[in-house]
Amino acid sequence: MFLTRKAEFSASHVCANPAWSADRNQAVYGNNANPHGHGHNYVLEVTLTGDPDPVTGMVFDLRELKEILNREVVDPMDHRFLNREVPPFDRVIPTTENLAVEIWKRIEPQIRREGVHLHNVRLYETADLYVDYGGEQ
Amino acid sequence: MRLTGRYRFSASHRLDTPALSPEANRKLYGKCNNPHGHGHDYLLEITVDGPVDQDGQVVNREAMDALVRERVLRRLDHKNLNADIPELAGSVTTTENLATLIHGALAGGWTLPARLARVRIAETARNSFELEV
Repeated sequence: MFLTRKAEFSASHVCANPAWSADRNQAVYGNNANPHGHGHNYVLEVTLTGDPDPVTGMVFDLRELKEILNREVVDPMDHRFLNREVPPFDRVIPTTENLAVEIWKRIEPQIRREGVHLHNVRLYETADLYVDYGGEQ
Repeated sequence: MRLTGRYRFSASHRLDTPALSPEANRKLYGKCNNPHGHGHDYLLEITVDGPVDQDGQVVNREAMDALVRERVLRRLDHKNLNADIPELAGSVTTTENLATLIHGALAGGWTLPARLARVRIAETARNSFELEV
């Protein structure tokens, strides 16, 4: 069975490679390269897979899942400038793809246990753009 | 990694097949068989699949948007699917056939490094069709 929980956080970022010219950054990242940054209301959907526990009837304790998401993602990232305040985005460009990979790295070890694992991280940068990441293939 | 972009276009159509009698068409397609047609605000999702490149992206957003705009939206938006789209001549303008058409239009001119993985199209908020490729 799949279980999905949603969380939101709002943050600003700049997608630009400091080694490149402004023109090249503009060509690769468009207006995401604006040097002073801009923001999004990110929506995160994490999907776990496992069988419901025969005693509790639950795949995973939702309160614990909420705590993991708050501790690892929402608290450190909400209302932050990702490039300046949330490592590793001082050196990794905070594209939606790289954010999804980082979120996976942060929460996967805390979710994995007997019979349950993280299946997918879906991150919406806007309502019209999202990525899905299922870990290293 | 998969990346999905959402796009919108508005078009009119009428569901009717010459293979059936007018009576059978009315019965099969119901309101969608209305002789003067009707329209929808279609919601299109295009999903690409590939590794994250050194720029931290599966695909360049502007390149993807431009491709979808040029190969799909420009041809379908504010058109009558029965009258204005030669590729649909002779087929019923169901959303299933539209999904296949859109996939073909994209695949036929695909220039992005990531693979085209999915076309999903919602005719209304209550029905959608998905083509995994």
